Order: sequence, then structure tokens, then C-alpha cells
Amino acid sequence: MIEVRIHSRGGQGMVTASQILASALVCEGKYIQAFPEFGPERRGAPLKAYLRFNDMPILKREPVISPNVLVVSDETLLSLKDTLLGVSADTVFIVNTEKNGFNLSYAKVFTVPATSLALKIIGRAIVNTAMVGAFIKAIGIPSLSSVERVLPRFLNGKRVEKNFELVKAAWEQTRQVNGDDSG
Amino acid sequence: MRMYTEERAPSKRNFVKDVLALTSNHAVAYAVRSLDVDVIASYPITPQTTIVEKLAEFVANGELDAEFVNVESEHSALSVVLGASATGARTFTATSSQGFLLMHEVLHNVSGLRLPVVMAVPSRAVSAPISIHGDYSDLMTGKDVGWIVFICASAQEVYDTVLQLYAVAEDERVCLPAIVAYDGFLMSHTMERVEVYRDDLILEFAPKRVKRLLDPANPVTLGELALPEHYYRYKYSQLSALDGSREVIRSVFKSFYSYFGIEYDFVERFKTEDADFIIVVYGGASWGNAVEAVNITREKGLKTGALRIRVLRPFPIKEVVDTLKNVKGFSVVDRAISFGASTPGPVYADVVVSLAEYGFSIPSVCVIAGIGQKVMYVSDFVRVLEELVKGKEGVILL
Repeated sequence: MIEVRIHSRGGQGMVTASQILASALVCEGKYIQAFPEFGPERRGAPLKAYLRFNDMPILKREPVISPNVLVVSDETLLSLKDTLLGVSADTVFIVNTEKNGFNLSYAKVFTVPATSLALKIIGRAIVNTAMVGAFIKAIGIPSLSSVERVLPRFLNGKRVEKNFELVKAAWEQTRQVNGDDSG
Repeated sequence: MRMYTEERAPSKRNFVKDVLALTSNHAVAYAVRSLDVDVIASYPITPQTTIVEKLAEFVANGELDAEFVNVESEHSALSVVLGASATGARTFTATSSQGFLLMHEVLHNVSGLRLPVVMAVPSRAVSAPISIHGDYSDLMTGKDVGWIVFICASAQEVYDTVLQLYAVAEDERVCLPAIVAYDGFLMSHTMERVEVYRDDLILEFAPKRVKRLLDPANPVTLGELALPEHYYRYKYSQLSALDGSREVIRSVFKSFYSYFGIEYDFVERFKTEDADFIIVVYGGASWGNAVEAVNITREKGLKTGALRIRVLRPFPIKEVVDTLKNVKGFSVVDRAISFGASTPGPVYADVVVSLAEYGFSIPSVCVIAGIGQKVMYVSDFVRVLEELVKGKEGVILL
């Protein structure tokens, strides 16, 4: 089972991102469990969302304590002590950052300039679909085509096309940085 | 009963229409759509709202040909479906928390009139103080008012249960309203994999059979004054109808298995056969974590098991007693509090009384957990099992 914890801010659309990924993973035969940490919705406030996927039904229903994948849709959240709780040397990080030299002292760190890509392609700093693209690049599933198939369940009309363009652009621009050397 | 970990039985018919990622709330809406419900009335309240939002969408885009009645309160919502059900319409409503409390008087009217209304209750804490989060405080105030009550543990089970409840409620031997309850937020807003079925098979499994009581061509009065020599007879007949519904529920489980290949029961058991210590739970978060805790404690060499109450009303006395009668200790994890009662755990009380009726007195622990959605970890359930093994009795407030 893969356990994903998403750290984001209200308004970035990352709960929807977890649901887009979950829906696409179902298309690929996976069992999934996607849920946010529920609370009053406040734009800009830090929030967490969780995604589990597995080839077997998933029983455990607690927050993700030891994430295999940590998605950080706003790099400033890395300064909160909550964000790094329970991560290990094997945790895959997927971080939204505009910095070229960005690094973390972990082995598997992927970065994507999701905010600038979102502004360029959809004209708004809503990074959820960009982070979906980065996830696909870093983790290898779900496929781009599964995401294309489920996007219309979450977005209306013209937004589907533009957002899928954003998924692909983010997929292309997601890079693995070498966390080991940076210290 | 089947575990989620088991495959469906092979079927001669291709019954799966689609495999979707759905929240339990949307699973309800998809089931209600396929059941061709005629009248829906509801008032929005967290965490129920996304059920009726989805149903409003289905009605608006023509996927469901139903009368969608917007009302000013939950009291009116249930009153509308009461009236509609009396005219022979298949009805649906949903609510949570304060909305369920506001319905309370009408809950009694619907069951007293023997109307097969089906309602979803993603369960939530109640005020004061205000909490929008999940527990079962709302449901427990309405568990003893003549409704059939199921509590589910996965989105697939929620979907399947809605289908089953229409088949049970509208059966002429039953004619009782029914509630499908599940964890507010921890299930209502959690997306899971759900297999949805073909509409034609759903309507064959649960054909519309609501009796037409109100008919302009043949006017009658319903629920009129009943004086002492009659009133108790209505109430005793409700009592025997709810008791008797067990047989119909069992036959609906069999029929469901033949249509859709999942074997459901009144309870779900996990490694209980040789267990010395059993943790009894209801709802999805408690169940999933309890099963994980059994696996962890079994690895430590403890003979543990888990039992889930799926049908809360009518209470599965026999199944519970058969599962627990030979254990050295058990606990019941309640997500609601009975203030000032003989024990704070409402379902714990049911379990202890069931055992006492059959002459069993077993060391046990009443656990209160997840109140107002206080996070429940697998480790909490491991701790409960370990306390049981040590011989703990009494109350644990997690």
C-alpha cells in the first residue's frame, strides 16, 4: 500500500487533486482511500489531505502517519514542524517551488514550478492539476490518460482542456533533485 | 459475512455498470438514482449536504425523474416524505446532527404510520458546543423509535445497503422506515472504490412496492386519535414488525448475494472463531482500525478478534451472543455517550444485556472513542485489546 500525505493551503485545490488522483487510480484497478483533514474551509490556511492506494481493499482509517509520498503544494509549509512528521529516508517528496537550486536533505525529492505554470496556462494560481502532473512523473502512476479520462468529473467545459494541458506541462517540468549531496 | 478482502462470488450476469471513486455520500446518491426514487425532500446540513446536492444535479439534468422538494427545515423534510410515502411514492431524505434532532417528532410519526421511508444519516456530533465533525451522538437519540437502522463501514457497503433497505422497508411483511448511517466525514467525505450496478437489475432486486394508503378516490384518515384500548395495539404491532423484520432482512441478504455476489450479514466478524478477546465496534473508522489492531495483536501472539455491529435495529442478539459467549473478555467501542445511564456506551449496553439474556456474564470494557471526531489511531485499538488481555474491566475514555 502507498500512503500519501498532502500539505497545502486552502484555495489551492489540493483536496480535489487527491480526488483526481484517486479516481484515475480506480480506472487502473486500484483500491483507494482519499480524504482531507476536515475542518472549516479557510483560504490560505494550512491543510492536510490523505490518499492511500493499494491492490487490495484498504481497511486502516487513520491519518497517514508515515507517508511514502509527501506532496507539498506550497514550499513555505516545509517550515512547519507538522509537515515533516513521520517522513523517512524513503519518503518521496513532491514540492511546488520556483527556485532552481531548491533542495532538501532527503534522497528522493522532486520539484515542479507549479505556480508559474498554472498562472501561465490557466491564468490562476490554482496548482492542483499541476501537482497531479508532478505526482504522475514522480510516482509513475496513474497514467496521464487515466487523468484525462476523469478530469471532466471535476471540471467544467473549457477548463478540462486547459487543465489537462497544465497536467502535461507540469509532468514535463518535474525534476528530481539530488537531495543526498546538498546537506 | 464477506470481508472486503474477499472477491465477489462469480455471477452469471454482468451486473457491474461502472467502477467509480465515490464518497459514501455520493454512493448514496448513485443508489437512490438507480432505485428510481419518486420524491426527495431535504434541508442542507453538514456532512449530509453533498448527498442531496448530487441528487439535485441528477434531477436537474434528467437522470432521475423525481420530485425534489426544497423545504425550510428538517422537520418539514421528513414531513414531506411522510406524506409522499403515504400516497405510494418511493421516497428519500437525508440529514445529520441537529437536523436529525429536529426531525425527532416526525421519526415517531413515520414509524407509527408504518411508512417505508429510507433516510441516510452520515452521523455527526451534536451541540453544544458546536461541532461539525463526526460521531454517533445524533443517531443514538433516534435508534429506538421504530426505524430499522444499519451502520456501514465502506462506501461500497453504503451503496449496497441503500439497495437492501428499500427491499426490506417496502416488503409487505415489514412496512417500516429505515436508516443507513455511516461515519460523518470519515466516510461521508472519503472517496473509495465503488462498483455500481445496472439499473435494471437494481429495480429487479428492489422493485417499487410502496402501498398507496392515501387515495383521493378512496379517502381515509391516517394517524388519527387512538384511545387506550387501541393505542397499545399499534405500538405492540410495531414491536413485532421490527422483531419480525429479521427474517425479511435475512432473505434480502440472500437475494442480494444472488444478484450482486456479496454476502452480507447482521454483523461482520474478523478472526473471532478462536479469539479469547474481542473488540466490538460499529462504523467504518472503528472497524478498519479494529481489524488492523487485531492483525497487530495476533502477531504478538494474542488471540484477538473483532466484531462489527452492522444492523443496530433490530439488534442482532443471537449473532452477538454466539460470537462473544466463549471469550475471556470483550470491549465495545462506542462513538456516542449515554449520559447518566447504567453505562456511558449505548451499544455496549445492548451487548451486555444480550449476553445477560442468555445467561452469560463476561469481563468487559466500555470504550468511548472518536467523540466529535477526536482522531482514532490503530494504536488506540491495539491498546484496548491489550488492556482486555490484562483483565481490565470498566470504562476507558479514549
